[in-house]
Amino acid sequence: MYRRNALRLYKQKRKQMKTNLLPAIKLTLICMVFFMGIYTLLIYGIAQFAPNNGKGFIIESKGKKYYENIAQKFTDDKYFWSRPSAVDYNAASSGASNKGPSNPDYLQTVQDRIDTFIVHNPTVKKAEIPSDIVTASGSGEDPNISVQAAKIQVSRIAKIRNLSETTLLSLIEQNTEKPLFGLFGPEKINVLKLNLALDNLK
Amino acid sequence: MNTEILGIIVIFFGTLALAYPLGKYIAKVFAGEKTFLDPVFNPMEKFFFRLSGIDAANEMNWKQSMVALLVINAVWFLLGMLVLMCQGWLPLNPDGNPSMTADCAFNTTVSFVSNTNLQHYSGETMMSYMGQLTLQLFQFISAGTGIAACAIVFNALKNRTTDKLGNFYNYFLKSCTRILLPLAIIVAAILIFRGSPQTFNGKDTMISLQGDTMHVSTGPAAGMIAIKQLGTNGGGYFGANSAVPFENPDYLTNAVEDCSIFLIATAMVFALGFYLKRKKLAWMIFGVMTVSSLILLAPTVYYEMKGNPAIEKMGISQPFGNMEGKEMRFGPAASALWEITTTNTSNGSVNSMHDSSMPISGMCAMLGMMINSIYGGVGVGFLNFYIFIIIAVFISGLMVGRTPEFLGKKIEAREMKIAMIIFLIHPFLILTGTAISTYLYAEYPHYLAGWLNNPGYHGFSEMLYEFTSSSANNGSGFEGLGDTPSVFWNVSCGIVMLLSRFLPIIGPVAIAGLLANKKFIPESSGTLKTDTGTFGVMVFAVIVVLVGLSFFTALAMGPLAEHFTLFAH
Repeated sequence: MYRRNALRLYKQKRKQMKTNLLPAIKLTLICMVFFMGIYTLLIYGIAQFAPNNGKGFIIESKGKKYYENIAQKFTDDKYFWSRPSAVDYNAASSGASNKGPSNPDYLQTVQDRIDTFIVHNPTVKKAEIPSDIVTASGSGEDPNISVQAAKIQVSRIAKIRNLSETTLLSLIEQNTEKPLFGLFGPEKINVLKLNLALDNLK
Repeated sequence: MNTEILGIIVIFFGTLALAYPLGKYIAKVFAGEKTFLDPVFNPMEKFFFRLSGIDAANEMNWKQSMVALLVINAVWFLLGMLVLMCQGWLPLNPDGNPSMTADCAFNTTVSFVSNTNLQHYSGETMMSYMGQLTLQLFQFISAGTGIAACAIVFNALKNRTTDKLGNFYNYFLKSCTRILLPLAIIVAAILIFRGSPQTFNGKDTMISLQGDTMHVSTGPAAGMIAIKQLGTNGGGYFGANSAVPFENPDYLTNAVEDCSIFLIATAMVFALGFYLKRKKLAWMIFGVMTVSSLILLAPTVYYEMKGNPAIEKMGISQPFGNMEGKEMRFGPAASALWEITTTNTSNGSVNSMHDSSMPISGMCAMLGMMINSIYGGVGVGFLNFYIFIIIAVFISGLMVGRTPEFLGKKIEAREMKIAMIIFLIHPFLILTGTAISTYLYAEYPHYLAGWLNNPGYHGFSEMLYEFTSSSANNGSGFEGLGDTPSVFWNVSCGIVMLLSRFLPIIGPVAIAGLLANKKFIPESSGTLKTDTGTFGVMVFAVIVVLVGLSFFTALAMGPLAEHFTLFAH
């Protein structure tokens, strides 16, 4: 009696396995081929028609290549600075500070950045500093700063490079990226493009 | 008008408008009616079913569907563990990233199979291309699972008495191929043409303008980004998700990605209306969801654009509001919109760091996940909302003295018990999880000092957010939480994700299956109408009361306390 029950149970289990497990495994294998393989290659194929074959946008200048969208570290006083980065602009390990708005350590960090900024830009008044230039971005690779953040660096750069402030302001004007279709989103400046244009002034 | 506000208005309402025709299309797919993509997909699906030995015309009852669902998910789990623990020596690993430890592989696999995409790893350094592609597979098929479960419930809500509710495999495969795939191809193409990479070349090395050596991670990212957004998965290719310029290059891609977050989930509501030919019911559900969404969105946008009072005190200006953890090309408004849409749905991708947003924004994000059905995850969002409808029908039935009925089926003790259990699982998992971790942290402050990145109320919020995100199958995080090397967070969140994925699928399907088997009672003057504005208000009230009662104390100890401290002076 017990054996017969066990046998029946075993047969039932085997039937359930047959109805579900094998199809599940086979369907999974097919999905692997399709959604890991074919889909990926299809998108790869589309990428071959895109600028730089889908390897990210590149700017070339004086024989050197740079990624347009990836922030670079600019600490030199003769360049416009990028926004602070919590990962020191490591484009192989993106990240943010993840500090909360009330965290005393975080507020101290921002205060230190403001002080450093004032030391390097003595003509700038505190109230002119926009928060984007003293707060860390989300990715640590933010390629943009606000227009205001560029303008407050003008007097420093003009002095070091022996240029007039008007030249620099018009350079900023030329490099300002308007909102999408002139309607949506914030105005901004790509720091790398601005600095390349700055180097090309002479 | 301000270009930032204008931008988010267009993204939000544009998506809702797009969801309507998509819903119509989804209803046709579920009903097996003719669509314009038939010539491509009919032969393909036939071929797939023949290869895997599945008879797609074989109708299943709800129990058989759920067994099929669980078995195939178990297969995926084993596959995921295998790939992640061996990826170090498997092919497609140009960056030489190592295999995962068992606990991290467990967390990651559960996370992606359950459509959560909580990431206790960093994409660039801990995942090979093979690993990433496997995760991309899970992003398709876990989303397909959710949509299939929803299709079964739709089928059960028809005016008839039956236990045959369609074929799970059929719904599943069609959700992947006919709904997710075409949209993913479109979104991926847009991303590529705006600067996202899709390459197999590995890390690039270059010299910066200032002369520093830089390593730049790339990879087959665009395809994965498209499906992570559309399938409410959220697990990004790069560590900082859609904040990374390669993952989200500009305002246009941001609009497309944000739209993808809640497009399908919203379309599912319209699909219900077309499929059952009950458009008024769909509008009622859509109305409740949209109003709830706007209620959470308004304060978030306001506080993010207003900025941080502690920074204001330092004397600098905040023309772009609270910029910590945000990207300049999106600005605070689009970041706030994303924060709310990604937590309302179970997506969990981020374009700004929630840990650094203002306390009220963080609370609204958590509330979205606590409700977990304002549009919600693809498929499962409606299933969660269905539970709230059942509870609302029952309560209003009691209030007016009528038998609780929904779509011509009597709701009785058994269905109510299931509905209550499914509702209670969510607060139970979140609050016990948070309580245990808070206890451990308070008891062993030296040993566990690395857990929290922020002191005080905000630290508590980090733990509360992590469990809320796990239980809502969301996957976003207050990423300051030191969860990456921690066995405790890997295992506890893994278990929470597993339970909160499959029980809330089985529960609603069971209720719908039981109701489908009951006698159909035609509508009469004594029937409580469920497709009216009044009933919509009732459902909204049920959501507010239940979620409020469950979570108010926890929120008061975290984000609310932080808010009042920060704005006190």
